[in-house]
Parts: sequence; structure tokens; C-alpha cells
Amino acid sequence: MNESIGLKAHKVIINEDECKGCGLCIEMCPKDVLFEQPHLNRMGYHPAGYRGEGCIGCGHCFYACPEPGAITVLKKGYVEIEEEV
Amino acid sequence: MAKQLIKGNEAIVKGAILAGCRFFFGYPITPASEIAEAAAYYLPRVGGTFLQAESEIASINMLYGAASGGVRAMTASSSPGISLKQEGISYCAGSELPVVIVDIMRGGPGLGNIAPEQSDYNQMIKGGGHGNYKVIALAPNCAQEMCDLTMLAFELADKYRNPAAIMADGFIGQMMEPVEFPEALPRLEKKEWAIYAEGQDDDKLICSILLDPPELEQHNIKLQEKYAKIRQNEVRYEDYYLDDADFILIGYGVVSRVLQSAVDELRAAGIKIGMLRPVSLFPFPTEHIQHLAERVKKFIVIELSNGQMVDDVRLAVNGAKPVEFYGRMGGVVPTTDEIIANVRKIIEA
Amino acid sequence: MAVTAYKKAASFYESYERKSGLKDVTHYCPGCGHGVLHKLIAEALDDFNATDKTVLISPVGCSVFAYYYFKVGNIQCAHGRAPAVATGIKRVLPHSVTIAYQGDGDLAAIGGNNILQAANRGENITVFFVNNAIYGMTGGQMAPTTLLGQKTTTTPYGRTTANEGMPMKVAEIISQLDAPVYVERVAITDAKHTMKTRAAVRKAIKNQLENKGFSLVEVLSVCPSGWKMTPVQAKQWVEEHMFKIFPPGVYKDESAERDIREANKFIFSTEDIRSKLDIPSQEVIKSQIPQVPERYKDPRMILAGFGGQGILMLGVGLSEAGMEAGYNVSWIPSYGPEMRGGTANCHVNLSTNRVGSPLVSKPTVLVAMNLPSLDKFEDLVVPGGLIIYDSSLINRAPQRDDVEVFAIPATELADKLGNTRVANMIILGAYIEYTGVLTKATVLDALPNFLKKKTMVPLNRIAIEKGIEFARQKMNKS
Repeated sequence: MNESIGLKAHKVIINEDECKGCGLCIEMCPKDVLFEQPHLNRMGYHPAGYRGEGCIGCGHCFYACPEPGAITVLKKGYVEIEEEV
Repeated sequence: MAKQLIKGNEAIVKGAILAGCRFFFGYPITPASEIAEAAAYYLPRVGGTFLQAESEIASINMLYGAASGGVRAMTASSSPGISLKQEGISYCAGSELPVVIVDIMRGGPGLGNIAPEQSDYNQMIKGGGHGNYKVIALAPNCAQEMCDLTMLAFELADKYRNPAAIMADGFIGQMMEPVEFPEALPRLEKKEWAIYAEGQDDDKLICSILLDPPELEQHNIKLQEKYAKIRQNEVRYEDYYLDDADFILIGYGVVSRVLQSAVDELRAAGIKIGMLRPVSLFPFPTEHIQHLAERVKKFIVIELSNGQMVDDVRLAVNGAKPVEFYGRMGGVVPTTDEIIANVRKIIEA
Repeated sequence: MAVTAYKKAASFYESYERKSGLKDVTHYCPGCGHGVLHKLIAEALDDFNATDKTVLISPVGCSVFAYYYFKVGNIQCAHGRAPAVATGIKRVLPHSVTIAYQGDGDLAAIGGNNILQAANRGENITVFFVNNAIYGMTGGQMAPTTLLGQKTTTTPYGRTTANEGMPMKVAEIISQLDAPVYVERVAITDAKHTMKTRAAVRKAIKNQLENKGFSLVEVLSVCPSGWKMTPVQAKQWVEEHMFKIFPPGVYKDESAERDIREANKFIFSTEDIRSKLDIPSQEVIKSQIPQVPERYKDPRMILAGFGGQGILMLGVGLSEAGMEAGYNVSWIPSYGPEMRGGTANCHVNLSTNRVGSPLVSKPTVLVAMNLPSLDKFEDLVVPGGLIIYDSSLINRAPQRDDVEVFAIPATELADKLGNTRVANMIILGAYIEYTGVLTKATVLDALPNFLKKKTMVPLNRIAIEKGIEFARQKMNKS
């Protein structure tokens, strides 16, 4: 993987609609870059949010999150391939 | 084709294998153990699997798993073991799994004894497990039918995606008679609902849970429609001297054999009597009995029980004619003379 | 390949169509451990390329709806029975990856025997056991793994040893069995433990792919709703309280020692099936029913004696030969405990008509090989019937004067032949000669068909001939 053409920095993407606000990702993040958002999502939970920088791509939040699709972590160098043909 | 002198219990296993059954999950119990023993002997020879489970409950659930994989599979037991299997039978019915269950009925309640009874009628025909379900049930009365009806049970189970049972008794199981074994049935087509672990299973679900009440009701309605079709298409019975009969004896399994002898002797004595033998207990020959009720004087139901099938006869006759009952319990099988004496009493009453 | 993204596994459905309500979120409560374990399993299936051949069994518990999520062959089954169901389908589909996903009530309480036995058989399956010390689905009742003092809806004052006993240690128990290949207890409380769980999940699935046998991973999980805690508090509770009773660790691991084997697919075959089933290929029926004097025609017989005298075999022999001669026949034994000690008897019908009742209540022939049998059945014989008895063992003649009596010193004659066990065949020979019901040729032809021990055929043949000779002498004298 050629890191120069991919993503420039690690990134957490939170699908707010799927988040149940359990807070485990926030608790588990070693860099404290996740936080509970003040607004409510469609299920009435305060979804987690990413501060926008500081992610080290460790994936702890991904594995702490019980929802299959609520958290995606893309690592530096990640290329959005026209999905694995 | 050549005949073979063989025990009814063993004929079941050979019939099953000829029908394509390759998996048997059993648990020992008298008087059904020969079925497991024969399965343990023959299945490995034909590339199949026999497994002695840890319990009746485990064996019916292994059957649930095996049938989910699209193969023909079976289990066999006797009354107390069948009681244990009822939960699993309900699940098989709910998940619409074609499985074959053999019940070699013995005396109850509780541990009872190992002599022949027919007191599982209610638990099998009326649904011994929970829910609105039916089990196709066939009742052989000779070793040949132990083979033939087992083969038919597999066919019907697959045709309707429904559990099918063989309801026999200790005597029919232990009895040796000549059997002519039919040719093996051809290989089954793949079942579109079954799981094969070959990459096309992501829309497959074997399941009996439907949380939403209207959805579960819909599922139940679908099941009832299926049972209606079974009632329409699969009624089987044998008539014995019914054409001019004033009196009709009704009995199944080993009882029908005694009734046959009784009819022969009573006919010889000039009494117009015949026998109706239900071969399928579900579906029950209700309409046939309704028609007979138009022209006969009396029905006499004989069972090795406190009177279980007689309820279905009464429902069919619906008060049109008297329905009398004579039964023995505890494993006592009435002699021909005893039947004749009691039938005479009933006729003359 | 290095991981470049952590995202939803392809082994999950994109949209959970089987679920009512929202199709993109699970039914699990916030912070529930099931979701985490689901993700680890789905990821492993992706990575092993095993999704296509995976069968997931979800019994009763919160994970009963696992089939909403996993894009595999799904079987939902009865409470506690996943190991039995898994056994059934795995035997049918040995090439599959069969996973039983069970909770603590399911596996350790109602299904306790099923898991123990499947493990002990070494079924090549993978079991994920979610231990959260409580019944979640039914609303927070006590589980076998509930801790002492823990309050649940059915231990409102806390679990006590006096009333409910001690928490059940499943990983320890299963690891004591010889058959399982791998048993580990893990937790999903923090990143370190979760990574261990991830590795355990993968090993347990890989073991199955390599046909190494039974693997069980016990996962200490949380039930924030049932425990009435926040998810974060719940994780701390696992570490503070559950770890003491249920220490994480590898309890058994023979993964490295066991050979990797290919799975053989089940192949259906009907090749040579009739001979494999011992179904005779040649017609044995000769339709040679001899002319029989009226009084001996269509015998209905009771044969009785001690267990071990070969009474049942005598009946089978008569039935086999009868069938081969073209009779309709039936043989029915007294069975069960009665047969295992003491006396044995059987009923035999040989008939030129269809056999009605196989039970003989009015025998035309009684064969009594011991005194109790004669005592018991003598009175049943129809007037004009025939009583045959072994006069070597029975010290009285039948008392009936309205029946024919034929005394045969069968056991003595057999003894002279060197084996008292062929007394039954002496009676067989004598009976057929005396009554003419079957010919000698038919019986001798049938002999190898009903005698299981083929080495015994010559001696039994001699015994039959001896019986025939005895009857002939007897008949010539009278």
C-alpha cells in the first residue's frame, strides 16, 4: 500500500445513527479523541463523536463498540478501492 | 423379489436406508433398541452415520440439525422416550423440518412396562408438544409395513416439510415375518430451503421463532393449510369385509391383527361384521367413517389404551350411530376369543 | 496484508432484513457484550474466507436473534440444545464451519449435559460461550454462573451457597475432558483482553477448519441492563468480581499437537445397497407346501422352555423353513427382561391363509422343553391338538386326554450328539417328520438361513436328522 497516495491521517468515522451512546469507545480510546456529543440521535442516544484529529488507528474503539457498523477506523494510507472487485 | 424373514424393528431400518436415510440419532430403550442396533450395524456400511446420543432430547435435536442439512434422517424410541422428544418434535414442526420418528409404543404412564400399548396416540396425534401442529402418523400392522410405511414416512415428510411418525407397538416391532424389500429410492433432489454450506445459504434460516404475533399467526395459518392438504391427500386405511357389514370393528397396529382373526370367526358364525384399520392415524380416515356411519349399525373401537383413537371415531360419526369401546391397558393384548366374546356382548346389547 | 481499516465485516448482512424496526442496528442493549463477540466472529469468518460454509446455531438467549446479523446458514434451535443440533448438522456437513453460540443459562443450566457430551465426543465444532452471570433475555434471572451474593430477579437477596450452590466454572469443567482440543476463558473488558478474545475466536474457528476437534471459548461478558449498571461500570465489575471466580486463561490447548486433516464431504450412494443390507438376491420360496393330514394343518404353535434352550431359534427355524415352503408365517417372542433370565417362549403361525393374530392363545401345537412350560401352557392347547415335550427334562406326562402327546428325549439325544444345545433341532426334525408340515429338504435348505453361527450348521443338520429318525422309529412302532 502506497501511503503517499492514500489517507493522510488515521481517521475514525462514527455512524451516529447506529450509535447507542454506551460510551465504551470513549472509555477505551487511549488518546481521548472521542467524546459524547450533546445532541440526540434518532434513537434518543447521545452519539459518540471524533474530535477530528489525534487518532492513532489502534482500532480499540472499533473492537469496544458492540454495533457492527457504528464505528469505522481508516488508517493512514487507506485507499478507497472501487470495492474489492 | 426375494422375501426375508425379519423382525419388524429391523425392517424399519432397512426400509429407511432404502428410502435414502443415512443418519440415525438414537438412544436405547426397550422395545425399540433393535432399531438403533440395526441402524448402528447397517448405516456405516452404506456410508451413513449412526450416533447414540446422550438422551432422547439430544437425539431429536441432532435430528433437527441433520434435517436442516437437507438429508433424510431419523430417530426411534418408545413411549417414555417419545415424551422426552416432544419439545424437539414441536420445534421440527415449527421449523418445518422433514424428520422421521419411530415410536414403538409400550405401557405407561411413567416407567410403565415394556409390553405393547397404544397409549401414545394422544401425545403423537393430538400434539404432545406445544403449539398448533400435526405430525403425520402411520401405523403398520406387520413387518412388511414396518418397511413400506417407513419409506412412505420419508416421502411424506419431504413432500410436506413436516415430521412424520411411525406408530407401532412392541409386538409389531419384535415380530418376525417375511418382508419383500422394494428397490432403493433414487437420490433426493436438493431442497431449496436446506443448508448445504456451499455458499448459497445466506438467505436460509431454519427457525421456529416469530416474535411478531401477526407474523406467527400467518405462519400458523400456513401450517394449518398444509395439514388440510395432508388430510385431503394422504388418508390411508384398510377395509376388511366392510361391503355388507352391519358392525365395524376399528383398530390399528397389532390390534388389527387380532381383529382380523375375530372377524374371520364371527363371519363364520354368520355375523355381518368387518374391520376398518386406519393406516394413517393423522390424517385420520374421518370421511370414510362418516360414509360408513350412513349404513352400519354400530362401531366398536378396540385399542390397547384407555380409549384415545375412539375420540376421533366419535368425532367422525358425530352421534349418527353408536360408537362402543373395548380396551386393554398395561400391556395386556386381548386374545381373539376375548375380542369375540366382548364384541358379541356389544352387538347383542 | 496489513490492516488498513477496521470496518463492518462482510460476514454481516448489510441490512438486517429479518429484524423488525431499524435494519441497521442490532437488537442488543447499549454496551452489550454480544455485539463485540459478533464482530470478532464475523471478522474471523471474513479473514478465513469461511463465510460461505459457516452454519451458525443460535439457541435461546439474547443471541437467539444472531441470525438477524450473520450472513451465513442460520439455524435457530431450542434452549440449551445447540451442541446437539450442531452435532447433527456437522455430521451431515463435515466440510462446514459449525458454530454454536450459547449463553450461560443455555449452555450451563438447561443444556449442561448436551455441551458436556458434545465436548466429550470431540465434535469438530466451535462453541462460543457468553458468560455474563445472568439470564439476560428473560429479564435478569440467576444463571449457573451468577456470583455469590449477586442479586438477580430470582435471587433478590443475593445468591447463596446454601440455596443455589456455587458459580459453575465451565472452562475448567470442559478442559478436564480428554477430547476437546482447545478451551480458553477470555474477557472483553479492555483492549488487551479484547485482543486476546480476538485471537481465541480465531484459533477456535481455525481448529475446526483444520479438523482438530472441539473448541470452546468462554467469554466473560457484560449485561449492563441486567446488572443495572452503565456499560463502563459493567466492564469494571467483570474485572473486579468475575475475574476472581472465573480467571481468564488457557485451560487446555492441544491445537499445536493435533494433525491437520481434510474434511470429507458426505457422499450419498446407493451402490450395492441391497447386498450391504443383507437383502437376499435370490428367491428362497419354493412353494412346496406338502400334503398335511388335516389335524396338523396350519399349525398355531407355542414353543416354551428355559432361556438358553434355543426355544426362540426353534421358532425362527420353523418360520424360516415355513416361509421358504410357501406358508404365511409369523414369529413373536416374549421379550424384555423375561427373555434375559428364566423362561422364554414364542408364538409361531404357519398358515396357508393370511395370518391374523400373531398371538397364539389357542395353540394347536405346544412344544414344552421344561416343566414350568408344560404346567403353564398345557391347558391352552385345543382339543385334538399336539403336545410335544422334552421327556429328558420333564418328569411327568401331560394330563390332558383329549390331545395327542409326543414325548421326545431331546436333551439326551442331543447330549449323545455332543451338545445339549441342539435339543431344539432334534425337536424340529421330529416335529416335521411326525406331522409332515415341512419336508426335510426344505428345513435343511433353510438351516443356513436362520442359523447365525455358520460353523454350527453341520451339527444342527445332524440333530435335525436325528430328530427325524427318532420320529420315524416312534411312528413305525405305533
